[in-house]
Amino acid sequence: MIEQVPIQHVLIVTTLMFFIGIYGFLTRKNLITMLISVEIMLNAVNLNFVFFDFYLFPGKLEGHFFSLFVIAIAAAEAAVAIAIFINLYRNIRSINVEEVDKMKY
Amino acid sequence: MGSEAIIFYTLSAIMIVFSLLAVTSLRLLRAAVYLLFALGATAAVYFMVSYYFLAAVQLIVYAGGIVVLIIFSILLTSHINEKLQKPDPLKMILTGLTAIIGAGVVWLSFSEYTFIAEPSTGIIADMTTIGEKMLGYGEHGYVLPFEVISILLLAAMIGAIAVAKRTKTNQDD
Repeated sequence: MIEQVPIQHVLIVTTLMFFIGIYGFLTRKNLITMLISVEIMLNAVNLNFVFFDFYLFPGKLEGHFFSLFVIAIAAAEAAVAIAIFINLYRNIRSINVEEVDKMKY
Repeated sequence: MGSEAIIFYTLSAIMIVFSLLAVTSLRLLRAAVYLLFALGATAAVYFMVSYYFLAAVQLIVYAGGIVVLIIFSILLTSHINEKLQKPDPLKMILTGLTAIIGAGVVWLSFSEYTFIAEPSTGIIADMTTIGEKMLGYGEHGYVLPFEVISILLLAAMIGAIAVAKRTKTNQDD
């Protein structure tokens, strides 16, 4: 893998993926699709951690553990976010960001 | 070009195309399924660098857990055939420009830097190593974040239940 793919190509892929996530986060108006964009960004960052670990610091497994913790935090974040969306939908019948302008009824 | 390079470039093409589709698709359910494909390709990349445990976690937690959670919430909050409105074209162009310029700046900053790739030491992240590091408190030990994560997960679980629970005041709708 190291001999065949230079690290710059890997970084181009993760950069593109991260900015695709940013594009989605800024253009979408539905809260669930915004959550999907955030997941894409987190995934790109995870890939970056893993590849820096694998290419530059082999055998130390630091990026590996960082990615594990990021995945755990992403799971917690998604669970809480979706609980909030369901509560919002129950209260105002919409999960459009432009209609969500109150935090509490 | 070796076989690993061909597999890697194919997987990265899959990742980028499906990420793009996930953020531009106008049907919610399809966006979630495209996200599933992008995350699955990422897990395949983790398999390529022989981080098997991380790949399994990616498949179980991301592809298995988060995507199912997202699909559940889509089914609970919108009609299955509902199409989203197209975003404002001006906004699309401006945001696309922002993303392209951002990617260009990042690319410029790392294209001039020479990374010195070290040869692989052959250490594979097997379960024994992962377990010892996860519960180790010496150098490269991760017992503190491990315990903090467990508390975070408990707090998130209780918080999610408390937020989504039906209260008496809005029971009538």
